[in-house]
Amino acid sequence: MPQESNFTRFVEVGRVVLLKAGPHAGHIAVIAEIIDHNRAIIDGPTTGVPRQAFPYRHLTLTPLAVPKLPRSAGSGVVKKYVEKSGIVAKWESTSWAKTRAAAEKRRALTDFERFQVLILKKSRRDKVRKVLKAAKA
Amino acid sequence: MARKEIAPGIGRLSRSQVYARRQLYKGRKTGTAPAKPETAPTKEVQINGTKNGGTRLIPTSKAPRFYPAEDVRKPKQSRKTAKPTKLRDSITPGTVLILLAGRFRGKRVVFLKQLDSGLLLVTGPFKINGVPLRRVNQAYVIGTSTKIDLGDLKIDAKISDAYFVKSEKKRTRSAEEEFFADGKLKEKDPFPETKAADQREVDKAVLSVVKKTEYLAKYLKASWGLSKGEYPHQLVF
Repeated sequence: MPQESNFTRFVEVGRVVLLKAGPHAGHIAVIAEIIDHNRAIIDGPTTGVPRQAFPYRHLTLTPLAVPKLPRSAGSGVVKKYVEKSGIVAKWESTSWAKTRAAAEKRRALTDFERFQVLILKKSRRDKVRKVLKAAKA
Repeated sequence: MARKEIAPGIGRLSRSQVYARRQLYKGRKTGTAPAKPETAPTKEVQINGTKNGGTRLIPTSKAPRFYPAEDVRKPKQSRKTAKPTKLRDSITPGTVLILLAGRFRGKRVVFLKQLDSGLLLVTGPFKINGVPLRRVNQAYVIGTSTKIDLGDLKIDAKISDAYFVKSEKKRTRSAEEEFFADGKLKEKDPFPETKAADQREVDKAVLSVVKKTEYLAKYLKASWGLSKGEYPHQLVF
């Protein structure tokens, strides 16, 4: 019997991937079919990513996968499986996605909004510190 | 001497070379040249010889014997005119600007209007961050998306470019004379009361609006700067 792999994320049909480049960078999609050792057909019918061939070096594998997605499924079938497994919600609840969303939000803030965040964070720090000190005493 | 022009309208020397040769760094000449004594166009001359009439009227300065073969070169008339400075789209009255140069660099100020020279009229307001009514070049400014609703704030017409011109001060002979008088520190000239009043009047309107938004006064008071990993071209203002 072959030894079990140390790896947990594989390029496989149903694997949820995060796109790192192209017009849909930052969105997630699902591998529908593996073309070769460089590219796969990805599809994101609910995340706005059209079905396309995509090189592996421009995507990141996530720990999530759509279970039992048939090989080479069309967009309609992929959509059904994605919706059934609730994979998008699962992705959004990961800390990885949350960090990304937070970073994006921060990046879109204007100068004044950044300043407001600074002030609010300061006051939160102050409150926490005071409560902590009172609790310790 | 070599020709002054290498082609019509193109001088042999550059602007800075002319500046150096004409010794313009010595400052502009003041005073007028002494008036030349007026000379009569003709004068009477004694002519010897019995048949020559005794005296004759001749012009004081001889007419030239030759006329120049070439026409006098006329300097080329430039038809270029300076266009009025275009105000950046992101800057409208009430926009909060970040100053990038000068003594108030890093300060956030409120834009009031563009002056005829193209410079921007800004105010701190003075009470909040110490920036007075001031002219700045829009090249040295970041326009933020934060806008203060100034409504139809009318700025007195006297606050123009001329308003900011400094009055010519008498030069003192030494630096010591400038600051000391009989061994003691000289009193500074007080800030003109009229300018202080103008500042107050303009700021009154701005301050009343600033107060309406939470943290806005604090924001204007705080300085802007870049921290590690922040790049101005990647930031949203």
